[in-house]
Amino acid sequence: MSAGIPPAGPDRARAPVRLADLSEAELSRRLRGPGLALPAGPFTVRLTSPLEEIAAGLGLLYGGHPLADGGADDPEGYADFHLRVAPAGGPRRWVRPQVGFFLDGRNPFNLLPAHQAFPMYEWGLNWCIVNLAHQFLIIHAAVVARDGRALLLPGPPGSGKSTLCAALIHRGWRLLSDELALISPADGRLSPLVRPVNLKNESIAIMRAFAPDAVFNRETPDTAKGVVTHMRPPAASIDAAAETARPAWIVFPTFRAGARTALEPVPGPRAFMRLADESFNYGLHGGRGFAAMSRLLRGCMVRDMAFGDLESALAALDGLAREAPAEAAS
Amino acid sequence: MTGDATRFATGAAGPLLAVLRDPARLDGLDLAGWDAVLRQARHENLIGRVADLARRRGLDDSLPAPVRARLDAHRVVTDKQAAEVRWEARQIAAALAATGVRPVMLKGAAYLLAGLPAAAGRLFSDVDFLVPKDRLAEVEGALLAGGWVSDKTDPYDQRYYRVWMHELPPLRHLRRQTHIDVHHRILPETARLRPDPAKMRAAARPLDDPPGIAVPAPADMVLHSAAHLFHDEDFVQGLRDLVDLDLLLRHFGADAGFWPALTARAVELDLAYPLFLAFRHAARVLGTPVPDDAAAAVAKARPDPVRLALMDALLARAFTPDPPGRRRPARRIALFPLYLRSHWLRMPARLLIPHLARKAARALAAKEEDGEVVPIRL
Repeated sequence: MSAGIPPAGPDRARAPVRLADLSEAELSRRLRGPGLALPAGPFTVRLTSPLEEIAAGLGLLYGGHPLADGGADDPEGYADFHLRVAPAGGPRRWVRPQVGFFLDGRNPFNLLPAHQAFPMYEWGLNWCIVNLAHQFLIIHAAVVARDGRALLLPGPPGSGKSTLCAALIHRGWRLLSDELALISPADGRLSPLVRPVNLKNESIAIMRAFAPDAVFNRETPDTAKGVVTHMRPPAASIDAAAETARPAWIVFPTFRAGARTALEPVPGPRAFMRLADESFNYGLHGGRGFAAMSRLLRGCMVRDMAFGDLESALAALDGLAREAPAEAAS
Repeated sequence: MTGDATRFATGAAGPLLAVLRDPARLDGLDLAGWDAVLRQARHENLIGRVADLARRRGLDDSLPAPVRARLDAHRVVTDKQAAEVRWEARQIAAALAATGVRPVMLKGAAYLLAGLPAAAGRLFSDVDFLVPKDRLAEVEGALLAGGWVSDKTDPYDQRYYRVWMHELPPLRHLRRQTHIDVHHRILPETARLRPDPAKMRAAARPLDDPPGIAVPAPADMVLHSAAHLFHDEDFVQGLRDLVDLDLLLRHFGADAGFWPALTARAVELDLAYPLFLAFRHAARVLGTPVPDDAAAAVAKARPDPVRLALMDALLARAFTPDPPGRRRPARRIALFPLYLRSHWLRMPARLLIPHLARKAARALAAKEEDGEVVPIRL
């Protein structure tokens, strides 16, 4: 997809390109009115929301993102997802206010307590991608890359993949996504989906200590996953958001307090079944999905990694990446 | 009211209807134009239809990249569903083989298995088929043995279906989680129109692939679709079903002999009124070409002017998609009387009123329990 290019014209010598270029008032105006055109990897979002919390979260975490419409501010502009995060009506608004997430005017899931508006936007967008973007084979995995080669960290919540991902992108790896590996069945490559990194519970304090310069949104307590926050993605990852990467390593992390960090090879068939399990839409793709998954595994070194501390896990992953590059994908 | 009626008449009802009526409009569509079409199409379950139109016009390689991606994503789903429906039909045939009953596939499954354009890009929610009523017990036993079970465990629901309806309570396959609907009539037992299902079964065409399965004859396929849409539906899928009818009529109607056969069959099966409505609204909403002779042949089914005007007004709203991103109150207001009407046609008042009261009470009870937040998977 083309990055936004500001429209040339005598009247608009230099339209704002990045979200940070919009004033607070302008950001708020767009969110309340025509909508803000946000990029989300290969997708375009048009978001509206009257909530301060959304404007503040976006300003803090998406400042480096180019506006998807190049700042054109065309209310009729194209978007893959027309989204709205807004307070729910009804008598509850006075007692226990709630927010809803709306895809094109319909809310696909239940309301959440009002203070969860920002995480709800991020989770809701994940929901849209996972349920609609079947042009990709989608695996529940964090993805980071170095020199065009990508490391996938698939795993259920609690495996430590988000923490590892957040740490790796402060140690020279490029962020593709902290949650969703988007694999093109046509060429096997991974599309970046550079968005704020979701952190929860203990990993928040760990990352604050690990990356003291990183920008975090305010913490949201009492969600279904505990306390959550989001971390702003590195500028270099945002600027490389159009560059796809070739999958080279797959590491299934398992965090266990006190464990000694160790990498173990995973036999191909078992890796296949586990990746299929971690995929949101493998079953939908039929024969093409099988071919895409097979190609992914042929092109990757696959390891299990138990780890008990961040530093030794990062060292182990660096070591893996320095080993002979994985055989080229067919 | 007038505003909507005018829009309906002038065809300015929105970009989706415009491209359904005249697919050539897709050729020059820019990104913003596609955006509006796809937003409406998503809510009407018609993205697959739009994708098929674009493909037929040879646009696949010239589409804007994000549009191409979205249509591809949707094809992944419809291709998978089509494969599942084919597989389910095979499994149903295998399960029923010992009973000697040849199921007649209905609706989407029939269009797909008969290889009709109406199946291209269509979404399926279940597999419907017709069997003889006097063989129901055997059929149900064979399906249970094959792994299909009923989720309607409430005795009221079971009785509702068995005493009044034209189908068994929906069945779900334990392993595949697919849904099937076993019909034994065309319309509910209690309906005012009484088409004879034996006639439809007798005229059905056996298929070579998969073996052991039949599909309705062309005229019967249209009539079943019309009966289903105008007498047995709450219109939530109204436009999609009207598009089915449009595609069936255009496909079969290319053979001039089809039209007189269709209208004669409509009279024979007591389905002239739904066919009258189908002709009228398919032509109005989608520009379906209906020959004058055919329209005249069902004109006897035309209701009195007051009733016709009311039906036209309600149906016009039900078939008009909401503007992109909005839900038009006029449409929701129209859907409610249509919902009542479908029940009214389904059963006499002495049955209907207690039934709706019960449904309403249950819906209220369900709302009470709905307060808790369901965590999202991600």
